[in-house]
Amino acid sequence: MVKHILLQNRDIPNIDRLDVYEQHGGWETWRKAVTEMQPQAIADTVKASGLRGRGGAGFPTGVKWGFLPKGVFPRYMVVNADESEPGTFKDREIMEGNPHLFLEGTALSTYAIQSNAAYIYVRGEYYDVIRCLEQAIADAKARGYLGQNLFGTSYSLEIYVHSGAGAYICGEETALLNSLEGQLGQPRLKPPFPAAVGLYGKPTIINNVETLANVQPIIANGADWYRQWGTERSPGIKIFCLSGNIKRPGNYELPLATTFRELIEVHGGGTLDGAPIKAILPAGASAPIMAATDQVLDTPMDYESVPSVGSQLGSASMIILSQNDDVPLAAAKMVRFFRHESCGKCTPCREGTYWAQKVLDRIVAGQGTPEDITLVENIANQMVGRCFCPLGEFSTSPMLFTIKHFRDEFLAQTASTRPRRAWREVVPLRIEPTLATKER
Amino acid sequence: MLSEHSKQLLAERLTHYPPNEKASAVIYACYLAQADSPTHSITQQAAREIAEVLEMDPTEVQGVIGFYSLLFEEPMGKYVIHFCNDLPCALRGADRFYEFVRARLGIEDGETTPDGLFTIEHAMCIGACHRAPCMQVNLEFQEFLTEEKFDRIIELLRAGEPLRANMADAEPLSAAAPL
Ligand SMILES: Cc1cc2nc3c(=O)[nH]c(=O)nc-3n(C[C@H](O)[C@H](O)[C@H](O)COP(=O)(O)O)c2cc1C
Ligand code: SF4
Ligand code: FES
Repeated sequence: MVKHILLQNRDIPNIDRLDVYEQHGGWETWRKAVTEMQPQAIADTVKASGLRGRGGAGFPTGVKWGFLPKGVFPRYMVVNADESEPGTFKDREIMEGNPHLFLEGTALSTYAIQSNAAYIYVRGEYYDVIRCLEQAIADAKARGYLGQNLFGTSYSLEIYVHSGAGAYICGEETALLNSLEGQLGQPRLKPPFPAAVGLYGKPTIINNVETLANVQPIIANGADWYRQWGTERSPGIKIFCLSGNIKRPGNYELPLATTFRELIEVHGGGTLDGAPIKAILPAGASAPIMAATDQVLDTPMDYESVPSVGSQLGSASMIILSQNDDVPLAAAKMVRFFRHESCGKCTPCREGTYWAQKVLDRIVAGQGTPEDITLVENIANQMVGRCFCPLGEFSTSPMLFTIKHFRDEFLAQTASTRPRRAWREVVPLRIEPTLATKER
Repeated sequence: MLSEHSKQLLAERLTHYPPNEKASAVIYACYLAQADSPTHSITQQAAREIAEVLEMDPTEVQGVIGFYSLLFEEPMGKYVIHFCNDLPCALRGADRFYEFVRARLGIEDGETTPDGLFTIEHAMCIGACHRAPCMQVNLEFQEFLTEEKFDRIIELLRAGEPLRANMADAEPLSAAAPL
């Protein structure tokens, strides 16, 4: 793709500024929507576009909006900008580089669900992003795009930015709502689902940043236009985050159903150390690792095809390992992440991640036995299906699938008493993605 | 104690939430308390004050402070450095680089330098994996680190200079971070 649809900052300098965004037709779709379109017409177009949630689960956005109970007001739009999955940095570039595109998409979506208030929940670490968004909101307000009685109509809209304070679990939608309400960021029992009982007990839609950014171009250009990319069931474009052992790490906006091989070899330039690629983690630490066979590399990256080769597309944060990289060490890192981020509400997750990390640490320290490998699997198997929320379930992926696909490596590691050393020296390269004309 | 300025900011922030949902501002209030404190820590007194303004129970506020990793009860250094050594960064050398960082500052993970200037903590992914090695200094991103660049950052901070304006890949100066 020559021109970017979401990452317009790659093509247009200073598109983060309101005046530049306006010069490129920015906020015009919004004006037209509020003055000429019914909310339902916007929701119908989004539904027809087939847009699916970019936060991980891939649930069709238009269908989700349809779950709101009829006639119950007020209702809220909550934007999930908690982006904390290891290897994910796409929402950051959308918000920093294209804040107005994102805000216009959010405004259109909030109007579509007949709400007058949207909260953007941003992870606390993204302090710079929060300032950027607050500035963009103030600018948009000053130009009359947000606020009371927009464009002389009776419709009013406020968008608020809300900062988190460092907790991956707040990306889970019900934990996010608790955090937004000032409670501990721990998940709620579902049902009731947020569409019925959400923020402050009111009907609430929660969508990812990238999902809502897509709504702007979809409303501006139509559902058929959007469907020219991707597949029937996974239409449109997606931002793929590429990290780890790769020459050109970064965000790549590509059609859904682009193959792993094209992303990694053509766009990413292959592995950083030049060794053959060994494994792919397609959705950060949360989905099963895949051995990089030809079959996997030639698989299209969409919501149906990735599960057919044993993993998930998730948020499409691809972490790449080459033949020189150690899978047990990677497993230990990922389980460490989940142990740190477990909210502690339920025992299987809190205790399971704690013990699995201890055993994995022992293995990579060169003090493990072959029984320890089975022990990790047993811990994971006791967790599966017993955790209160998906975080606990996710944490079993790096325990079970690293061993399933790379058991030989674990066996070799337990046969040796040599501790696994930290990975390679820092690679002093500073290579930006080829497509980046301007990356902020 | 919250400063007068912070109290004013908090009152403004409360207009973002429904009138009977003041607790929504608790994280914001904690950040304000941290910004007011020379050691980035929220004292029990500050927590009680926050509880009063937000009509919460003081133990609830304490619970919130304990839950989130960017809120601190214990005194921290003037500059809190979160260095990322999560998986994607580690695959690009972050673990080795972190050894250098600790040696340079002469402290271990989680410690503060004796002069009270720097606290270092390893971080889970901070969303800059494509620019590894990376860290945040009081939540300000520092990316594509090299040993020379790290030394320059420390030198600037010791001299009390702002980072943004002085680093090679300078970005606009942001106002004081909440940390
Ligand atoms: C542990 C956990 C962490 C999550 N983190 C995020 C996140 O950082 N950002 C996000 O958009 N969705 C995250 N999700 C998914 C959300 O719960 C929710 O499905 C999503 O925000 C819905 O938006 P979408 O339909 O637009 O994808 C997470 C889910 C779980 C279980
Ligand atoms: S599974 Fe883990 S993160 Fe989820 S509620 Fe239980 S302890 Fe918390
Ligand atoms: S792993 Fe270090 S920033 Fe993502």
